[in-house]
Amino acid sequence: MSLLTQRFRYVGRRLLQAIPTVLAIVVINFLLLQLAEGDAADVLAGEAGSATPEYMAQLRQKFGLDQPVAVQLVVYVKNILLLDLGHSFRHDMPVLTLILQRLGPTLILMVTTILLAVGVGILLGLLAATGLNTWRDNIISVFALVSYATPLFWVGLMFIVVFSIRLGWFPVSGMENIAAFHIGWVRVADIARHLVLPALTLSLFYLALYTRLMRASMLEQSGMDYVTTARAKGLTERRITFRHIFRNALLPVVTMAGVQVGSLIGGSVVVESVFGWPGLGLLAFESLFARDLNLLMGIFFLSACLVVVVNLVVDIVYAFLDPRIEMR
Amino acid sequence: MSGGAPVLEICNLYVRLPPGADREYAAEDVSLQLHAREILCLVGESGSGKSLTARAVLGLLPRPHVHASGGRILFGSEDLLAVPEARLRETRGAAISMIFQEPMTALNPVMSIGHQIDEVLRVHTAMSRRERLARVMQLLEDVQLPEPARILGAYPHQLSGGQRQRAMIAMALILEPKVLIADEPTTALDVTTQAQILRLIRNLQATHHTTVLFITHDFGVVAEIAHRVAVMQNGRVVESASADQVLNRPTHPYTRELIAAVPALAPRESRKIDAAPVVLAIRELRKTYHTGGGLLSGGGRTVHAARGVSLELRRGETLGVVGESGSGKTTVAHCIVRLLDPDAGEVRLGDTDLCRLSRRQMRPFRRRIQMVFQDPFGSLNPRYKIGRLIAEGPIVHGVDPEAAWMRALELLQLVGLDQRAADRFPHEFSGGQRQRVGIARALALDPEILVADEPVSALDVSVQAQVLRLLADIRDRLHLSMIFITHDLRVAAQVCDSIAVMRHGEVVEYGPTARIFASPRHSYTRELLDSVPGRHWEVPAELSVAGG
Amino acid sequence: MAHAVRSVRHTRSAASRLREFWRLYRRNRAAVMGLLILLCVVVMAATADFIYPGDPFNLAGKPFAPPFGEFLFGTDSLGRDVAAGIVHGSRTSLLIGVVATAAAVTLGTLIGGVTGYYGGWLDDVLMRITEIFQTIPFFVFAILLVAVMKPSIQSIVIAIAVVSWPAVARLARGEFLSMRNREYVQACQVMGLGDARIIFLQILPNTLSPIIVTGSLMVATAILIESALAFLGLSDPNVMSWGFLVGSGRTHLRTAWWMCTFPGVAILLTVLAINLVGEGLNDALNPRIRDR
Repeated sequence: MSLLTQRFRYVGRRLLQAIPTVLAIVVINFLLLQLAEGDAADVLAGEAGSATPEYMAQLRQKFGLDQPVAVQLVVYVKNILLLDLGHSFRHDMPVLTLILQRLGPTLILMVTTILLAVGVGILLGLLAATGLNTWRDNIISVFALVSYATPLFWVGLMFIVVFSIRLGWFPVSGMENIAAFHIGWVRVADIARHLVLPALTLSLFYLALYTRLMRASMLEQSGMDYVTTARAKGLTERRITFRHIFRNALLPVVTMAGVQVGSLIGGSVVVESVFGWPGLGLLAFESLFARDLNLLMGIFFLSACLVVVVNLVVDIVYAFLDPRIEMR
Repeated sequence: MSGGAPVLEICNLYVRLPPGADREYAAEDVSLQLHAREILCLVGESGSGKSLTARAVLGLLPRPHVHASGGRILFGSEDLLAVPEARLRETRGAAISMIFQEPMTALNPVMSIGHQIDEVLRVHTAMSRRERLARVMQLLEDVQLPEPARILGAYPHQLSGGQRQRAMIAMALILEPKVLIADEPTTALDVTTQAQILRLIRNLQATHHTTVLFITHDFGVVAEIAHRVAVMQNGRVVESASADQVLNRPTHPYTRELIAAVPALAPRESRKIDAAPVVLAIRELRKTYHTGGGLLSGGGRTVHAARGVSLELRRGETLGVVGESGSGKTTVAHCIVRLLDPDAGEVRLGDTDLCRLSRRQMRPFRRRIQMVFQDPFGSLNPRYKIGRLIAEGPIVHGVDPEAAWMRALELLQLVGLDQRAADRFPHEFSGGQRQRVGIARALALDPEILVADEPVSALDVSVQAQVLRLLADIRDRLHLSMIFITHDLRVAAQVCDSIAVMRHGEVVEYGPTARIFASPRHSYTRELLDSVPGRHWEVPAELSVAGG
Repeated sequence: MAHAVRSVRHTRSAASRLREFWRLYRRNRAAVMGLLILLCVVVMAATADFIYPGDPFNLAGKPFAPPFGEFLFGTDSLGRDVAAGIVHGSRTSLLIGVVATAAAVTLGTLIGGVTGYYGGWLDDVLMRITEIFQTIPFFVFAILLVAVMKPSIQSIVIAIAVVSWPAVARLARGEFLSMRNREYVQACQVMGLGDARIIFLQILPNTLSPIIVTGSLMVATAILIESALAFLGLSDPNVMSWGFLVGSGRTHLRTAWWMCTFPGVAILLTVLAINLVGEGLNDALNPRIRDR
């Protein structure tokens, strides 16, 4: 079987393995539904008081709220899998559409953050490890230590105070200057300007994480036997660091990056609400405010699916990097 | 062999250890001479400083904690301890090469073999890509690796241990260095693979006229390949002479002690065991492992660890189970003591089939079969005192704690340890002493049968002899029957009355030790016997201490 | 044939073990500093009622009073004393952090340990569950849980514990799995010791170090989660919290920056101190030659 077919089968199999996870999340949502105050229909209708009585009656019938719990579960699961996540009256559109609309900005923020955090993190970790215990290493380590302890929401607010209010370099909130109706590259530049502070804020914590991880990983690899062999072959220290140690040290960092995606989405809730970035995170915050549990659960479900996909991508990237992993 | 100026000369080398180590110098006033085209074996037990001495030559000591603090290392006209780093780099891999003990960890796991070997050429020569490829392929053939083209693009984890070591040798010899330093390159390999690699090194050395500094702890290996020998103890060279001289007429007391401890390959006198009743009968034991696989995972491997193994143990007998790694001998041992549940077969102790018993039913039978383990460092719980470790078994089986403690003290004496040891922790003892504690622990329950799983493999050769003597002594005194698992045929010859040779889960040959050594029937047994390093060398009779 | 026991260190009593531990811990100066800061925070929490008696929600003075004047950290939009809020808030953070972590560690160690030891289908099930938890965006899940259960100290503690235990379980599982195959465990099995005895008396004491270190770092994470939840409005309305202070100040950034700044610094210092202590513990419990 060709390599390509083998890889496709691997991807297919991994997606299949993800199904129980997705199902579990739906079940969790259902359990939360039961746990919540009031009638399930009240919750499913979304924001209290905004739905019409006819809609409520319709809901009751559709979800079979007079049926035993087991049947309710099946109906609920079926609906979710058919991507019927309910209707938001406040925004006057189906929940699914609403979520998908807001997905874009969140993706922009997340991708930028990941690139920034992983890229700069690896670089800083490398710099720290290669200048062990020098002032360079100490500064980077202290920076990482402090950043790791800093609450996201606070750092965002401090950035706004310093860079937006006092210095005026960056806008205070939002994704773009809507009133200006920019198009094309000007619009991109505008969005980019708005993106700087939120991305910086969100990436700070993870940057610290990857820096420390990379540094520790490089140190661990430096003590390995194959490094002694490389030295015994007459390689320069530079070559040993970059051709041998670096590649091996990357592996745990890549694994960790995959694990962190779920955490990143949570972080985006905070950052988007601080900066008014119109993504899923802000939507979650708004739904919290409006006590729209149904919308929140929808966001939860979809973000989990997003994490599954990203995990798969990371696994594939990892399999390319580490020849010991066979994609079967 | 010798005559003329030495190719490499180590003069009064001092290698300093960091404060807090058990001694100040790893190597103290070490002087060695390597003459052209000879193999010099540097022998010593663990901690003798032989490995660090070798690493000092190429400046591979783990600085700054460990460093060379005095002496000279003369190569050509230069002192390698004084040359600048750049010159040292030029020498490494080109004029002097080194190979190491663990081929799995000594190779970069994410780089292909071809790439790693090619790297030596890229760094030291200006050869073109095509020239380099041809040269690498040539070397891969020289070291007798099958399918060189495939190996070129393969990764270390895809090769066997022996193949990895061949690749390392190819990497070391590709630039035809004057000196090859080999730091215990065969210690981590199976006995048959070891024999092949030793042969390879000897042949390559003859063809390429390389001088070899070979580090080892095994006198059998010394007998197999050395032209000259230097013996190290606690950082000093205590004896240095031709191989014949050191092996057959050693002068220094430490050398004599070491050689005396090497078990001779001649089997012991067979004792009258045939008439004794059978205490343990193993019939058609089967155990298969499934690794990997699982729901939606595809694949998975099946390993047949035991395929219909049948053995008999008579009272007072020591039955040896001999095999290489993967032969299934440990699986069989674990099935006997019910650490593992076999898939099929019987283990009959007297009238009872142990395999049929549930865990609860098995409990009273546990007193009758006990086990001694291999790893002196992992077999004792580091958080418990010795006394508690020994007394715990009997206490759990209902013995009064006072009485159990008394018994523990008695046992400590029996195995040759001071009674005060009962109040100490495992980390305060040496490997040999810990094995003695392990034996005491096994004896605490008064078993009839002792299963010893490679009990001396992790010990230095001098300590090994003592522990083997202890085991034999205890066996005789307490009328025990023993099953002795080992991969070392010398040890088996000394200690076992009968031997079962295992390979790939099957017993390929089974019979009295004397018969098997004198006239082996199965081809694998013959191969095993032929692979024992130094089999043609006889331990000088006046030194040999009977194994008991 | 009696062999003398090798020259031996003193038999280790509890007091000498503690002294040894402190000696190793002391080597890391940053960890000592962290310990000092943490002690200050704990003292602050314990003596909150003495330093700033009364309810921190009470009005204390003019709204928007700047800091370093009459009030150390100024007052907020309603005239409440920010410093009082910070001192009382330390109780909440420490309480929630420690209790939630203790629950997560206990649950995680128990589950992870048992499944790691027995393996088999139990292990498969646990791995699946931790995989699911790894996939779920844990913060969104925590938000959901607290929203459903209505914000209170109990619900926050439960939410954080639910979200944190899988990491401990995975760690414990790994440790028990590797210990299970150690020869001293096998020796116990061959001697006929029962499983419970092996798990609790033999293996557990040897796996405590990494669990303790992870646990201490987890307290820091718990405090970060709790303050983030409070910032979003999900704190117990009856109790003062640092996150709540920051949250209430965000609309007044231009005019009263101190409302957000100082509570945030408190969070930062506390979490930093805990991280330093955790690393100090790691160095002390797993001493190795320092070449870092």
